[in-house]
Amino acid sequence: MIKVNYFARLRELTGKGEETLDRDSMTVAELLDWAEESYPGFGADNVQVAVNEEYALKDDVIESGDVCAFIPPVSGG
Amino acid sequence: MKQYEIVETPIDVQKYMDYVLHPSAGAVTVFTGNVREWTHGVKTLYLSYEAYVPMAEKKMAEIGAEMEAKWPGIRVAIAHRIGELQISDIAVVIAVSSPHRKAAYEANEYAIDRIKEVVPIWKKEIWEDGEEWIGAQKKYPAKGVERI
Repeated sequence: MIKVNYFARLRELTGKGEETLDRDSMTVAELLDWAEESYPGFGADNVQVAVNEEYALKDDVIESGDVCAFIPPVSGG
Repeated sequence: MKQYEIVETPIDVQKYMDYVLHPSAGAVTVFTGNVREWTHGVKTLYLSYEAYVPMAEKKMAEIGAEMEAKWPGIRVAIAHRIGELQISDIAVVIAVSSPHRKAAYEANEYAIDRIKEVVPIWKKEIWEDGEEWIGAQKKYPAKGVERI
């Protein structure tokens, strides 16, 4: 099981703050593809993924038990 | 208070100034980012901020560590507020002390630049006739977000 969190525009688009995927393992690229297919307008090209609170690369592997977050362009300050 | 924190209530600037002040500090710079009413001719009614809180606090602490490495002898405290903020409210405070003023000024500006790059906080502008999440459009970086 892989937990994913949604924030800001993506939280509103998906209508949820988090959900759990029934997967044992997938890459960051696969997670982004899954999101793009599941939620039209996701805009994965502009979204980064954090795995266990650290920015991840597209080739990084996500394992069951990891907590992921989709990070749209940030705008703090 | 924590040295690096996301808060949901109004920011008390003095707390962060006091935190960084110590006998060897000859200078303290305090930056506050405040809610601006007009942006590019559009009137903002209020802002709504949200954060991935644990990661945001972790990233702010990393920025603090970067600063201490670049400007030895400084002391740093950073807080960012989330939730609904009204015009002129303080969204972010950065307090930096150093033995001499130059480092305190430079490090403070570095902090706000880095916050805007890497800390997972999002701002939504609410106008009279609409609303929008703000954020620079950028492609997925080949090597992840820049880390110094």
